[in-house]
Amino acid sequence: MKYVGLVLSGLLRRKLRTGLTLLALLMAFTLLGLLQAVNSLFGGAADFLGASRLITQASTSFTQPLPMRLMPQIEAVPGVESVMHSQFFGGVYQDGRGFFPQFAVNPQRLRDTYPEWVMAEDGWRQFISTRDGAIVGRNLAETNGWKVGDIVPLNSFIWTKADGSRTWEWRVVGIFDGRDEEWSERANIMYLNYGQFDEGRSPAARGLAGIFAVRIADPNEAARIAAEIDAKFDNSSDETKTQSEQEFQLGFARQFGDIGAIVNLITAAVFFSILFLTGVSMSQAVRERIPELAVLKCLGFTDRQVMWLVLAEAFALCLLGALAGMLLASALTLLLPPEFPITTDLRVWIIAGISVLVLTVMIGMPPAMTAKRLKIVDALAGRGDDSPLERLLHRGLDAVTRLFGRREDEEEHADQESRA
Amino acid sequence: MSILTQTREIVMLNLRSIPDRLAPSLVIVIGIAGVVGVLVALLSMSTGLKQTLGGNGRDDQAVITRGGSQGELSSFLAIASMTLIKQDRAIARGADGLPLAAGELIVITEVPRPGQSTGANVTMRGVEPTSFRLRPDFTMVEGRRFRPGVQEIIVGDGAARQFEGLAIGNQLRFRGGTWTIVGHFRSGDAYDSELWTDRDTLQSAFGRAGVSSLLAQLRSANDVEPMKARLVADPQLDVDVRSQRDYYTGQSEGLTSVIGFLATIVAVIMALGATFGALNTMYSAVSARTREIGTLRALGFGALPVVASVMAESLLLSLCGGVLGAVIAYLAFNGYAVSTLGGGFTQVAFQFAVTPGLVMLGVTLALGIGFIGGLAPAIRAARIPVTDALRAG
Repeated sequence: MKYVGLVLSGLLRRKLRTGLTLLALLMAFTLLGLLQAVNSLFGGAADFLGASRLITQASTSFTQPLPMRLMPQIEAVPGVESVMHSQFFGGVYQDGRGFFPQFAVNPQRLRDTYPEWVMAEDGWRQFISTRDGAIVGRNLAETNGWKVGDIVPLNSFIWTKADGSRTWEWRVVGIFDGRDEEWSERANIMYLNYGQFDEGRSPAARGLAGIFAVRIADPNEAARIAAEIDAKFDNSSDETKTQSEQEFQLGFARQFGDIGAIVNLITAAVFFSILFLTGVSMSQAVRERIPELAVLKCLGFTDRQVMWLVLAEAFALCLLGALAGMLLASALTLLLPPEFPITTDLRVWIIAGISVLVLTVMIGMPPAMTAKRLKIVDALAGRGDDSPLERLLHRGLDAVTRLFGRREDEEEHADQESRA
Repeated sequence: MSILTQTREIVMLNLRSIPDRLAPSLVIVIGIAGVVGVLVALLSMSTGLKQTLGGNGRDDQAVITRGGSQGELSSFLAIASMTLIKQDRAIARGADGLPLAAGELIVITEVPRPGQSTGANVTMRGVEPTSFRLRPDFTMVEGRRFRPGVQEIIVGDGAARQFEGLAIGNQLRFRGGTWTIVGHFRSGDAYDSELWTDRDTLQSAFGRAGVSSLLAQLRSANDVEPMKARLVADPQLDVDVRSQRDYYTGQSEGLTSVIGFLATIVAVIMALGATFGALNTMYSAVSARTREIGTLRALGFGALPVVASVMAESLLLSLCGGVLGAVIAYLAFNGYAVSTLGGGFTQVAFQFAVTPGLVMLGVTLALGIGFIGGLAPAIRAARIPVTDALRAG
């Protein structure tokens, strides 16, 4: 800690350069924060689901609803604890801004299959006994200001009522929370009572369940149970595909496909540009100070200490830039319109932290090694070497010049020959 | 010496010394190449998507879907409605006297993705013979068309490239049946991401009685509005009528605006970062040349040529960066085929399109960064008092 002052004075030696480098770092980490927040949205967000539930969908596509009659057969598979059916409702509330998903389910089965959702006993009872009942996640209820007893009209873009209208009215009978913080964060969905849903829709569609969520006793048996369920409906007109809930959720994110890869590519481009920029600036800073470093060595600093000093300077620079950038990114995500629900979560901060370390090593190590190897006599006389990066670049430039030079020579040669 | 000669001399002197300041100069080139490359790549994605989704929409064709549905996927028209709509007087008739309109059914199917257990959602479209006549750009690339009544599929070019197992002769299993792929087609738009088959075969296999949408050739583009008024007012029907162009635009709007928004944010932030990098470089270039500049000023060179020399260096380096970035984006991404989630919750395969306009935009941005990055250091260079500059170490 006693060297903090020394590191700081190193940074403050050229305030303009340090300032500009910091600003560039800030921009880079703002971008990194935002992009990785977007990436969190696309993938990897299903870790919280665990492996105790399977989803059975039609093998053709999950949009193809499975008939209700499959349920007893799925329940009969050994190892299955409870089965719930769920149909995506596709309702639009008011002008359609702030879309949220709704699922038509059997209330008792929802309670058995998703113990992660917590609600007062009365709420569950009301949900089970109210045919047009709906329960709402706490977050969603707060966003829209819904209370128990409110009527929420939804315009379904998928389901038409038997009388041809598309507006369905649902009575809020309960507001549910998540079991823990992770689930509470996700309490922004709405469950509808299958009763009114099935009764109301056109007769041709009645009796379709949607997909099935299957809770199993032992996650280790997931593969066997999934295979057994699918085997039951093999070669029927309702072939199924059963996978873990986690896989099912990831499947949605994967539909965005290559976008995640593109985001990572941009992050890499940004990172590389910044690496180069900061690296050059650091090596310049060290080269200018070579006589000073020699004085430090004269005063009794060891080679290793001088090396650590330079590294610490690089680290301080990266850390400050990263911290400011990540804070700016976090602030920006809050300002974004609600259609872009991204946050700089823990994963993003971890990525930023790793980036700081990698950046420190990559940009700090070459000048730090120069500083370590420095011979006092040469250094005091101001005879510093080029930085390794510059040496590399110059060697590259020389090679290119030689290559072109030779080609010109050859051309001249050829010219002479042709003239001859 | 005139100012012009002075400027020329000093600019050349300056540019010739760039190799001595190679690493810092490369900061500008690489920084700006990064910005321009990323910007051009992102915008070429959005351009490619627009070309695929909205490029071929026609004004004289109408898409009719169920009222209130957001797209074909959630739309449903009963056979009776379809027959009724086809008789509308705005719809053109073919040589055989039949209306040039086709009711089409789409279902979502899953096609395996390499190395993943979850498949990609792909649209399977059941078409009738008129469907081909409504799409003049449709061509078979390979193989033959499907035969009605047999479970045969033809696959769009984009889908065939993007997903596994869609080669001719392969079989897909849907709903307990086996479907054989017999050909690949190309139409140059969103249909390239789809699987096509005979509508009646699809209806019976998936147990659907109606169609998802109706595509109709109108007598003229002006007929869309009157037809819409007629159909919407018809109490037997509940439909939305849009021109094909409007329908496509509506389908691609969300995605292209998200990409445009992302590109803008990324470009602005990266451009700021690169500007700071350029400022840094040019300030240190000026400070390294302080004594040289002092000497020149003492010899009688004016302030303007000095400013010009710094600006020329900055602009030249950023131009290099801009061109480099655009070239990299072009080489790496032009024609790069990807697929992502399109309007109807199915995959749309498209190619990045790096257009000359995008390259110009990138280079302009590069020069802008170079200008801002060079201006302040140039002014500082011109304002250093000669005596101080000569004494600088």
